[in-house]
Amino acid sequence: MRKISYQIIVDKVSELCINANYELGQDVVNAFKEAVKIERSEIGRDVLNQLIANAEIAASERVPMCQDTGVAVFIVEVGQDIHIEGGTLNDAINEGVKKGYLEGYLRNSIVSHPLERKNTGDNTPAIIHIEFVPGNQLKIMMTAKGGGAENMSRMKMLKPSDGIEGVKDFIIETVRNAGPNACPPLVVGVGIGGNFEYCSYLAKKALFREVGKRSKPPEISALEVELLEEMNQLGIGPQGYGGSTTALDVKIEIAACHIAALPVAVNLNCHASRHKEAVL
Amino acid sequence: MSIKKIKLPFEDGIIETLKAGDRLLLTGTVFTARDAAHKRMFDTLEHGKTLPINVEGQVIYYVGPTPAMPGKVIGSAGPTTSGRMDKYTPRLLDLGLKGMIGKGYRSEAVIQSIIKNKAVYLGAIGGSAALLSKTIKSVEVVAYEDLGTEAIRKMEIVDFPVIVINDSDGNDLYKQGNEFTNKT
Repeated sequence: MRKISYQIIVDKVSELCINANYELGQDVVNAFKEAVKIERSEIGRDVLNQLIANAEIAASERVPMCQDTGVAVFIVEVGQDIHIEGGTLNDAINEGVKKGYLEGYLRNSIVSHPLERKNTGDNTPAIIHIEFVPGNQLKIMMTAKGGGAENMSRMKMLKPSDGIEGVKDFIIETVRNAGPNACPPLVVGVGIGGNFEYCSYLAKKALFREVGKRSKPPEISALEVELLEEMNQLGIGPQGYGGSTTALDVKIEIAACHIAALPVAVNLNCHASRHKEAVL
Repeated sequence: MSIKKIKLPFEDGIIETLKAGDRLLLTGTVFTARDAAHKRMFDTLEHGKTLPINVEGQVIYYVGPTPAMPGKVIGSAGPTTSGRMDKYTPRLLDLGLKGMIGKGYRSEAVIQSIIKNKAVYLGAIGGSAALLSKTIKSVEVVAYEDLGTEAIRKMEIVDFPVIVINDSDGNDLYKQGNEFTNKT
């Protein structure tokens, strides 16, 4: 049984929160640079160039790239041969979020009650998903998920008879409906299968994968490529000002499901697709 | 494409010359307000009371900035999605508000109110908050300080880049953008 101290987790989570907000991943920056080369609209190219410049300023000056520093969402792979000393994993993550958002001058964007809407003042609680895995390591994956794109995300329980066409139509329609609101160019996370709640989790989990990295099953990988091409023919473009770069990538995760069900979830991410991870 | 330099508050007769798709650099005063401040302003008006700021002739920027780091006037400050303010906006436009800066679609009611009141809706690039912050030169909280990031702030901006989305003639950049679609 390997021991990991509570405080090490707190400090690592704090660092992930800050770095995710200051340093846009190279995968996204590279996707911007590729998009500028092929974007057909002048305003679209201008927007993409501003996003590249913004990412450079944020990284070099160590400031948040977007004022919406997001809900702190975690997927944590817990090796079953570890023991956390000094407190619980959930408490350590929340304390790390509190520390990171305070010390990093990040915005507190969480209200404690969805109807009363009073800000908690420290960006907690985080959303934490835990998966148990073999081994004695702790892998912490964090995203700072913005509100604008999350608001345009959708989930639907399709009928099995709707088939692949129904799935594609729902995904494309979600991107079309989102238009400029979700801050395109988008990174689109999709869950297909599972059940009502697991499908949405899969869509979120898909967003943790690097931009440009394809899904393993060949038919799903091909579907990602096909959907990306179709999205980029919608004309929405960067910031919805028109253009051929509506999405930077589409990432799909699938799971087994009930004989009666065909759940589909589409979790939209704005271009500020901010992810960091660490292994302890 | 040319970029027009515009002073805020708008000088007389300027708004009518602004057309959807025009790129502008704004210099002058804006007030910030987003969800919670709008709700509170709306409730204030519903109770027949006076707003803590005079919106007549002014521009509201939909933003909730990150905290200012030591030595800085403000943190990162890009636009938030405007549609959440749609419920409250026509009321403010009727009181003389002349412009809004944000991102994303407006409701038909807001678009009609923009036309009726000869106002304009401007888009800033969402997610370019580090870059936009450089054009913000001073910031003062003027109302609702308890709302934190959602408080109403008075900001002085210099060459703040925006694009006209909905103009006072009813043109809409988001509809014009559809020329890039390969589908009908």
